[in-house]
Amino acid sequence: MNARLDDAFATARGEGRAALIGYFPAGFPTVESSIAYITAMVRGGVDVVEVGLPYTDPLMDGPVIQRAVEAALVNGTHTADVMQVVAEVAGTGAPTLLMSYWNPIEHYGVERFARDLAAAGGVGVITADLTPEEAGPWNAATDTHDLARVFLVAPSSTSERLKIVADETTGFVYAASLMGVTGERSALSSAAETLVRRTREVTSRPLAVGLGVSTPRQAADIARFADGVIVGSAFVRAVMDAPDHAAALMAVEDLASTLAAGVRQR
Amino acid sequence: MEQLPDSRGHFGQYGGRFVPEALMRALDELDEAYRKAKVDPEFINELAHLHRTYSGRPSPLTEARRFSQHAGGARIFLKREDLNHTGSHKINNVLGQALLTKRMGKRRVIAETGAGQHGVATATAAALMGLECVVYMGEVDTQRQALNVARMRLLGAEVVAVTSGSRTLKDAINEAMRDWVTNVDSTHYLLGTVAGAHPFPEMVRDFHRIIGIEAREQFLEATGHLPTAIAACVGGGSNAIGIFHAFLDDDVQLWGFEGGGKGIETGEHSACLTGGEPGVLHGARSYLLQDADGQTIESYSVSAGLDYPSVGPEHAYLKDIGRARYEPVNDDKAMDAFALLCRTEGIIPAIESAHALAGALRLGHTLGPAASIIVNLSGRGDKDVVTAARWFGLAEA
Repeated sequence: MNARLDDAFATARGEGRAALIGYFPAGFPTVESSIAYITAMVRGGVDVVEVGLPYTDPLMDGPVIQRAVEAALVNGTHTADVMQVVAEVAGTGAPTLLMSYWNPIEHYGVERFARDLAAAGGVGVITADLTPEEAGPWNAATDTHDLARVFLVAPSSTSERLKIVADETTGFVYAASLMGVTGERSALSSAAETLVRRTREVTSRPLAVGLGVSTPRQAADIARFADGVIVGSAFVRAVMDAPDHAAALMAVEDLASTLAAGVRQR
Repeated sequence: MEQLPDSRGHFGQYGGRFVPEALMRALDELDEAYRKAKVDPEFINELAHLHRTYSGRPSPLTEARRFSQHAGGARIFLKREDLNHTGSHKINNVLGQALLTKRMGKRRVIAETGAGQHGVATATAAALMGLECVVYMGEVDTQRQALNVARMRLLGAEVVAVTSGSRTLKDAINEAMRDWVTNVDSTHYLLGTVAGAHPFPEMVRDFHRIIGIEAREQFLEATGHLPTAIAACVGGGSNAIGIFHAFLDDDVQLWGFEGGGKGIETGEHSACLTGGEPGVLHGARSYLLQDADGQTIESYSVSAGLDYPSVGPEHAYLKDIGRARYEPVNDDKAMDAFALLCRTEGIIPAIESAHALAGALRLGHTLGPAASIIVNLSGRGDKDVVTAARWFGLAEA
């Protein structure tokens, strides 16, 4: 459990709304500009930040994030740069998590990674392909360094697995809204609400819904039953679609503020 | 040897399950279905019947007398998986998994393929059993293995050319995983090698164990003793583990030959057991070609079927405990052995298998004239004719 992350959810709950969680990959299109975009997200009203660690084999990601992390890697983004992005973003005051596939963490050294991330001001880590069954050393390292662990649950998760995952989670439980990869969807099914209801039966941790969420309307719908709304690809697309850096900054901030209004709708 | 993997799919520190949570239920269901099927006489008989009447098993063991003359006097025998229906060992695993797919009530299979042999085998089994079939293949591989793309389409499969990342086998697997996580209710991922998350390395190995079981019996019958060594090529490692397993408890050397590409020192190779280190890719921990940040390094081999930056976790384990040894064979040595087998035995091997042939020639000189070696001739070379003709300057300009 990490107090700063828990406070962010408590504050949102106190205001009768869901927390808005924004994802953006470090190093896209450059390290410097990714820091600027994430800072703009926070200005626009994102409560909690997920900094993505670019990885060569992002098998949970759809085309938009795939393209972004490929570009980040081609531009020479290293794990050390990602730590720097976390440090800069944490400086804005927004609780900052890292989202990563497992191998870059394991290769960096599990204990060293947790220590350096905590030193950079990170509050936790979302691991896309680490199951609780394989997480022994990770649990120890994150506990030592007061980092929140975030694991995912999916509509396919059995009740037994919901409990296994939730029990190992020390941050929020990341509920995948649908079966599939990241990317915007025009309509979300009822699977997310069902999953959140089922997960609440086994945990008191905050529950945040992600995958496919991109519009204020979707954010508002999810905010009615979840503690957090996670948006990723839509921010990346806003940058990709903008004609230049200044326009991209504005687009990201605007999107964040409309989503922030979404999670506050009654 | 003790029975591995453990119940969570670990071979020592290797294997396991590193996948999105969304796939855990499907993996659990697959594991359960497999465990029931493998002791169910109906399943066992159905698979044995297909092996006999459809694949053409048992595949013969051929002594390569003229080829052996180039191996320092050692006797070389070929386990003829090239003679199976569809032209490689891949059909063994595919028939097993396709039967399982039907037992699980799924109607669609997806597969990754590098050289196209696993894709062709999957398309074949899907046609035979009336399953919808989609094969993911890196765009680079669709070009260098165009014949197999045509075969898959003739068999009714949809072939998707993958344009992300390095556009080879690794990225085809990423794309297949994305499909699986989206369509897991209706779809079985018919993985083609002994890699991936548990139970794939164990299950695929078990479906290929027949290669070694037959070879051991055939060799004993032909010679009255066990061979000195087994030689197999290793990409993901399925044909190698298939022939190794029956000999694990024997005093028989086990040799795996990886794609040495242009030489380990050039960095352009696919020899992860020689030039890689432990890491996690595609659901399991094993040896992996990776950089200082744990990012996957693109592999290279003249052989599309060996062009993969990781390897099945059981090979990583066998390497670490010293039960099997792994060495790279460079492109040029593999192609020399390819030509030699054509000219001395009248057999055109797959370029993958030519790596094992080159390794056996090297082994023969080391082990001496009293030695005998079984080479797993995992596939035939029809698909490689264009590549080989270009290599040897035989193609029309």
